[in-house]
Amino acid sequence: MKFVRWLADIDRRIIFVVIAVAVVVPLLFPLGMRVKVTPQTQTIYDEVENLPGGSNVLVSFDYDPAAAPEVHPMALAFLHHCFQKKHRVIIMALWPQGAQMAVSAMAEINRDFDLEYGRDYVNLGYKPGGAIVIKSLGNSFAEIFPKDMAGRSTATLPLMEDVSNLYDVDLVMDLSAGVPGITEWVIIANALFQTRTAAGCTAVSAPQFFPYLQTGQLIGLLGGLKGAAEYETVTAYAGKASPRMDSQSVAHVVIIVFILFANISYFILRRKREEGSGGPTARPPTSA
Amino acid sequence: MKSAYAVLLLTVALTAAAHGQTLRTAENAAAADKAVDAGGSIDVTWAPSPDELEAEVKVLGYEVWRARRPAGDYKKLADVEAGKESYNFTDEEAENGVEYFYKVRVRGEEMSTDTAPVGPAKATREWFHPNRLNMLIAAVLLSAFILYYISQARAGKVLFIRRIAGLEAVQEAVGRATEMGKPVLFVPGIADIDDIQTIAAVTILGRVATMVAEYDASLLVPCSRSLVMSTAQEVVKEAYLEAGRPDAYRRENISYLTDDQFGYVAGVDGIMVREKPAANFYLGTFYAESLILAETGHSIGAIQIAGTAMPSQLPFFIAACDYTLIGEELFAASAYLSREPRLLGSLVGQDWGKVVILISIILGVVTAFLAQFGVEIFGRSIALEQLFVVK
Amino acid sequence: MRREIPMIVAFVAGVIIILEFFVPTLRNVAGQLQKWYLVVVAFAILVGAFNLLRMNYMKVRGRRVDWPYSIVLIVGLFAMTIVGIGWGIGQGTVFDWLFNYLMFPMSSTMFALLAFFVASAAYRAFRARTVDATLLLVAAVIVMLGQVPIGSIWVPSWWPDSLVFLTPDWLKDRIMNIFNTAGQRAILIGASLGVVSTALRILLGIERSYLGEE
Repeated sequence: MKFVRWLADIDRRIIFVVIAVAVVVPLLFPLGMRVKVTPQTQTIYDEVENLPGGSNVLVSFDYDPAAAPEVHPMALAFLHHCFQKKHRVIIMALWPQGAQMAVSAMAEINRDFDLEYGRDYVNLGYKPGGAIVIKSLGNSFAEIFPKDMAGRSTATLPLMEDVSNLYDVDLVMDLSAGVPGITEWVIIANALFQTRTAAGCTAVSAPQFFPYLQTGQLIGLLGGLKGAAEYETVTAYAGKASPRMDSQSVAHVVIIVFILFANISYFILRRKREEGSGGPTARPPTSA
Repeated sequence: MKSAYAVLLLTVALTAAAHGQTLRTAENAAAADKAVDAGGSIDVTWAPSPDELEAEVKVLGYEVWRARRPAGDYKKLADVEAGKESYNFTDEEAENGVEYFYKVRVRGEEMSTDTAPVGPAKATREWFHPNRLNMLIAAVLLSAFILYYISQARAGKVLFIRRIAGLEAVQEAVGRATEMGKPVLFVPGIADIDDIQTIAAVTILGRVATMVAEYDASLLVPCSRSLVMSTAQEVVKEAYLEAGRPDAYRRENISYLTDDQFGYVAGVDGIMVREKPAANFYLGTFYAESLILAETGHSIGAIQIAGTAMPSQLPFFIAACDYTLIGEELFAASAYLSREPRLLGSLVGQDWGKVVILISIILGVVTAFLAQFGVEIFGRSIALEQLFVVK
Repeated sequence: MRREIPMIVAFVAGVIIILEFFVPTLRNVAGQLQKWYLVVVAFAILVGAFNLLRMNYMKVRGRRVDWPYSIVLIVGLFAMTIVGIGWGIGQGTVFDWLFNYLMFPMSSTMFALLAFFVASAAYRAFRARTVDATLLLVAAVIVMLGQVPIGSIWVPSWWPDSLVFLTPDWLKDRIMNIFNTAGQRAILIGASLGVVSTALRILLGIERSYLGEE
């Protein structure tokens, strides 16, 4: 009985240690499980695939290093796919650290492609203001981003000559970990300017964007590490998300086992209490 | 001028013929006022030259030329790169009400060919966006409901508002913090002041601050946006003033930490662990940080009241907090706590808005269902979805 | 007057931005207002930085609890600013290095806490106390299994298509796309109505809390 009581009120640090082991061990000894591609990932893939080469794709880096383990692999797989299809990529950020995340993503992408800055891609950097920035991009990129991240005048970048406002963007991919992020892109870029919009976000935030998927306001949605792993699978890109899915699998199972323990101990203790008080039908003595 | 133009065309044609090939013009060129805008813009559209598609002669790109008369003095407006299925150029330097003519020139390696002039096109400004009539009706209707019930409430009509457990507990939480001699922690979310949830949170902060001032407890408000911090400082100062305790107001207790999401979480968690507040309020917009905050708060044994309209974070708050305001309860909070009739009126108006939305949803589902079976009225599908599309 | 002027500004700016949605002619005026907003926001970042600096300086000067951490903060703030302005923030710069090897791991660590907290919160919250709680528990387990590859591993290849509704994968899709989305949408509609009504109250000056007034 003592054990059951201990289990019911387990020190959370024990849970933490078990979870840590469940996450680390599969990272060291991968199980190599295969990820199934869901329709909301497939639709983003198809969109990039079907855009004519040379289309303008805007990628908004609205996340910071914290969400990077989940969202950064999406950025890499998506950018890789875009450059493979010879699309031109405009990078911007509504989060202060997003622009820097884009720098590290492009550093990795540049190893696989021979890209020319200004013609194949641009990094416009960070701009505070969230929703209003998106709304203003409906009028003009040059006014909001007169200079790119490195301080070059955007007017001198060949790519930006063809992109005057959001109407010239064929696809927006918002990679977001919070606010400003997907909601802003959907209700402004998509609703006001009819820009085709796709998104990727952390797993905890994904469920709230499902309504936008059903209405078609989002073409597709990559949710968390799983979404990233799916995009890696569908584009056959050897990224970091797929191997990490093993850890997530094992951690989920461990959490389920914990929930099971919690319930077993809960039921044993409840029965004990009921027996102690004379069964479930017994009423506590009441004074008149 | 006309003859000069003819000579030019002839020269181009002859040069081309000399090379044994010609460059065919861009197809379906057209110019028209840019639809629903503030004026000053004309859209020029065209389809690729057949030579671009068949790739017999290399097409380098297109040029757009503009003049005031068909055979007038054309000036080049723009170069457009080749390689698209259809082309669209917006001339944003047109004067309203002036007639313009345009030519599209297809440019090859050694020759170029112009389309016949297209136009006249006139830029005009529009005063109404016809595709948004449905939104206008919805906005007017909803505003009318809200304003009507506000006026009713002002006239003294008693409006019912259901009990919201989370808000009943505010006083209890502040009271407990006072008894224990520990501070109250108020976290107004991670969004900026332009987010309505943040405004709702700041409104509730005003009420909480009044209680804190009356009970003589202390209040900590770490903010993740500087504008939220400035607003919160004003609100709390005013609340202390109203409670007759302006001397107890501590500006430094309402501080800015960082815009960075998890930097902010680290900061707030640090405050919790050091100061051990007895009551934690998490109200506003939250993302993945919600559970990290709430679990840390749980571990220090604080009574916790959360409220957000972020659906994906609600489960976390419900699991880890004592009370949670769900969705619009957050917006109802300021009316609930103040019992101010005008605020209560707007709540009732909102509910009528919800009734209209419910009816439209039911109507939409029924008509869409019937339309599936080919039910028609006056020979048209009865599905109503087009009524709700906003462009 | 201290109250009236901000309220008039809020009313005029709000009405112009709303009307612009319906009246294209106002686009340029609204665009101008939006530009002003972006300028104000940029300055707000400075306000935050100054406040942060002031607070932490006072903490160090007063030797308040944990004041050494404030020194770390002040040094960090200046180091990143000086390095960023002085040598740029592009690839391969010192700023980039600090970002990749300090910011990156520290921030990721904070977010990683979520994995542990999810487990401990789930342990406490998911107990089959009532019918509602049991439904929540079952749904949680199905979604957790359906979300990861391990959920479909146990389904053998000969599993008949007619019994697909018994696999976690299938059930998870239904739970997420039907039940979850319906609930999310209801909350979204309710919250949006709240947004409209709060916005209306602010425009009309009924809600004045953002001015520091009750």
